[in-house]
Amino acid sequence: MTDTGIGAPVRRKEDYRFVTGNGRYLDDMNRPGQCYAYFVRSPYAHASFTVDTSAASKMPGVQAVYTGADIAASGLGGLICGWTITQKNGEPHIAPPHPLLALDTVRHVGDTLAVVIADTYHGAKDAAEQVVVEYEALPAVTSVTEAVKKGAPQVHAEAPGNLCYDWEIGDKATTDAAFEKAAHVTRFEVVNNRVIPNAIEPRAALAEYDSGSDEITLYTTSQNPHVARLVISAFIQLAPENKLRVVAPDVGGGFGSKIFIYLEECVTAWAARNLKRPVKWTAERSESFMTDAHGRDHVSNVELALDGDGKFLGLRVSTLANMGAYLSTFASCVPTYLYATLMQGQYTTSAIYCEVKAVFTHTTPVDAVRGAGRPEATYVVERAVEEAARELKLDPAEIRRRNFIQADAFPYQTQVALLYDSGNYPGTLDKALDLIDYDGFAKRRESSESAGKLRGIGFSSYIEACGIAPSSVVGSLGAGVGLYESAQVRFNPTGNVIVYTGSHSHGQGHETTFAQLVSDRLGVPFDQIEIVHGDTAKIPFAMGTYGSRSLAVGGSAISKAIDKIIAKGKKIAAHTLEAAVEDIEFENGNFTVAGTDKQMDIASVAFSAYVPHNYPSDELEPGLDESAFYDPANFTFPFGTHVCEVEVDPETGETQIVRWAAADDFGNIVNPMIVEGQVHGGVAHGVGQALLEGCRFDDSGQLLTGSYMDYAMPRADTLPPMQIATQVTPCPHNPLGVKGCGEAGAIAAPAAVMNAITDAIGTRDLTMPATPEKVWRAIQSTR
Amino acid sequence: MYAFNYQRPTSLDAAVKAVAAAEDGKYLAGGMTLIPTMKQRLAQPSDLVDLGRVVELSGIRRDGDALVIGATTTHAEVAASEEVRSHIPALGHLADHIGDPAVRARGTLGGSIANADPAADYPAAVVGLGATVETNTRSIAADEFFTGLFETALGDDELVTAVRFPIPKRAGYAKFPNPASRYAVVGVMVSEGADGVRVAVTGAGPSVFRVAEMEQALAGNFSPAAVERISVPASGLNSDIHASDEYRAHLVTVMAKRAVAAAAG
Repeated sequence: MTDTGIGAPVRRKEDYRFVTGNGRYLDDMNRPGQCYAYFVRSPYAHASFTVDTSAASKMPGVQAVYTGADIAASGLGGLICGWTITQKNGEPHIAPPHPLLALDTVRHVGDTLAVVIADTYHGAKDAAEQVVVEYEALPAVTSVTEAVKKGAPQVHAEAPGNLCYDWEIGDKATTDAAFEKAAHVTRFEVVNNRVIPNAIEPRAALAEYDSGSDEITLYTTSQNPHVARLVISAFIQLAPENKLRVVAPDVGGGFGSKIFIYLEECVTAWAARNLKRPVKWTAERSESFMTDAHGRDHVSNVELALDGDGKFLGLRVSTLANMGAYLSTFASCVPTYLYATLMQGQYTTSAIYCEVKAVFTHTTPVDAVRGAGRPEATYVVERAVEEAARELKLDPAEIRRRNFIQADAFPYQTQVALLYDSGNYPGTLDKALDLIDYDGFAKRRESSESAGKLRGIGFSSYIEACGIAPSSVVGSLGAGVGLYESAQVRFNPTGNVIVYTGSHSHGQGHETTFAQLVSDRLGVPFDQIEIVHGDTAKIPFAMGTYGSRSLAVGGSAISKAIDKIIAKGKKIAAHTLEAAVEDIEFENGNFTVAGTDKQMDIASVAFSAYVPHNYPSDELEPGLDESAFYDPANFTFPFGTHVCEVEVDPETGETQIVRWAAADDFGNIVNPMIVEGQVHGGVAHGVGQALLEGCRFDDSGQLLTGSYMDYAMPRADTLPPMQIATQVTPCPHNPLGVKGCGEAGAIAAPAAVMNAITDAIGTRDLTMPATPEKVWRAIQSTR
Repeated sequence: MYAFNYQRPTSLDAAVKAVAAAEDGKYLAGGMTLIPTMKQRLAQPSDLVDLGRVVELSGIRRDGDALVIGATTTHAEVAASEEVRSHIPALGHLADHIGDPAVRARGTLGGSIANADPAADYPAAVVGLGATVETNTRSIAADEFFTGLFETALGDDELVTAVRFPIPKRAGYAKFPNPASRYAVVGVMVSEGADGVRVAVTGAGPSVFRVAEMEQALAGNFSPAAVERISVPASGLNSDIHASDEYRAHLVTVMAKRAVAAAAG
């Protein structure tokens, strides 16, 4: 290992520009003659309306006021859901129309019905106040349990009973039979609370139109600019792909929320072309709260059947998943193929059945947020396992050990479609027990008790399916896209390298990790490697970043391109060194004739490729510039065990997390410092969901947690120092042996926290976020 | 935010005149509440009169048996003040736990009490320490200053210039912060001074209030045990998504107990 190669904790090179204020985020960008967009949004969760823009249009500096009628007249299409779920009855899910601007009905607070374009931002906002909207308020429904009741307010005429789909996976009959012979059944309701993603940079768009070339350039806060271009071109039908360039510059966090194609960037781009002037929109934070796709929001009935020895015989789960008012871009696959397929957990549970009803409500659309489905699944499985252990008076580590899929059992076909490729679950459990000093817990509990505090410990042995995903598999399950990734590795004549990657970095540190990978493989100095991403005009068609896929899929594409570079380099070196290609070896940046001291470094090979005076021109093209697409053979399956210890103040119900152990298996690791940071961030995210973050609507559909005054995010003092260790079980089917680490903490943490609190207070009846009042009330209920 | 005129006088007189002369003038101190309100377009003053250059409004000085703190003194300055730390440490502790570092660097004592947010910390200090609020026209006793939800005894255009805190024998402040905003869900200041014991509660009700029963109990026995069985009625207390009235009532007792423990040192 070199100090900048694979495995080295290299400091992130992008951080220099970020910490010195030289990052280039969307709102830093401006164009001459730019106008500003301000959207008119509904204050009602459900209302019919008429709109009059005449006064607004006459306001100073106003260039245009557009409504849903203008969009409809222009022939633009609506927003789409890119994954079609096939229901139990064989029918496709119901995807009601989602026009860019509402035509006559608004369906959630923040639903958008008009846009003002003006010379200044404040001018646009002033004029927006003059858009006269006559609302007729209609009854609204926000919770899934209410929305499925007979007589509930209907969100869409196209979706009777507010049902988007009714879907199932697993074998119902076998599972029911398993429950018949169970010695014990653990049953309870599990609620997974709705979270708001809260990327630090609000969504934004800046579009400009070149009337000479008829080309639109759209700068937007996207995790996947090519997917944005594809949807805006093929479905919104704004412009053909060859006339639409989408650029995602430095993006300040996404957590999933910037995967999706939203109406604002589409309308902004359309307006720029209409007006032949650049148009810019930047969300205010309150718009982010109302309109960034939210996450989670499940209510599940969970039943775990066990035999007399605590072995899991069957798991039966019935889930209501909130879709919000419209189907967001990938909303449908989150509570199905990213959720129910993970119900096997790390265990040999021999029968599993899960049914999911996806439900429309008068709330902000729900889609993927960090973990996307897998935190919900882990929460179901790991809460059930822990409760079963308590009911059977088994040690929570022991019940897991009795049920683990063993390390020699891979590949392992689960009951819920996935084929686990590799694993060693007892290994990470043992590591976690060491890190937390499990043997010392009883003593620590005593000492907390003597200080008047309740101490509890909670486990979460999670698994995730990442590296999304084999195109043929997701295609057969209803995805509208493939899920490969692209890369291009280009040597310049002077020997330095530019890598064009389809993965998009919005905080992940790809400029460092990917450069380490290239430096390691090609022997090119780290600082002579540039990573370019986020521009459809520069990079090959790409799928972008989500589902912890960048290194496993995007990195593997880079690795494939590197293979091609080396293969071509060998031919060039063989020619120059007058040897047979088979005799050329490549190591540490040098091509060597085996068994001799004849060698040629890769920079010289690159120079020869671009100045091909002495070159095998009859068999080789000039240049050293290779592209590759990588379509994974399977998902990757990171796993691990997190253990949380809490102290609860029984007087106030306040929970303090006092210890945290994370033993994760991400396969091979390129940059351990970045991995550790991802674990920290993921755990913070999951702890936030467990303790603090609860998106709340009132009965009329008003968002009660619409600002940081009321929506609590985790802060540094929410978390203790964490004990972190990694185990390495390489992924067997990608060239790097890597799996992905960005979501693990968010997936593992909620169950660990809630298992710990319920252990401390002695009752399982507690929902997330476990606010002090809820915990205090739960304690009261036990006394 | 709507457009407004910005003025930055350098004397108290000029500031008062500027607000009086404006169509709808507002004093601007730290702006921790006013600016967000304006950004949300919920307030539309014609003029903002910035007090930042009015030197006489800022600073902390000992005056006999009291500390006099200028209205535009920031929370961070109060928290860091040696005078405050040595004479009324509970006040320094309170200031050090308002909001977050950015808020403490900008927010001011005068701005906080003039705004009279029911969940602000300073009202508990003013009432709990039996302070006197000095304005450009008069002195107002703490018990008369806060009159209701976002309501004070201040007249139109009347400006808080300083707060005179008598130095107590002992005092303690305990706060249960809102996890999102870090305002007080419940904050209790307890003090024992020349005029006896005071217990002032912020966050729990529409405005800061005293708990006479606790004051009497502590006058006889200044210990946590004296208040642990005294509770305030839940009815009439604030109730929101963060804390019900019942939970707030419970926290008043718990925080009072902890404030006494802190005061007893």
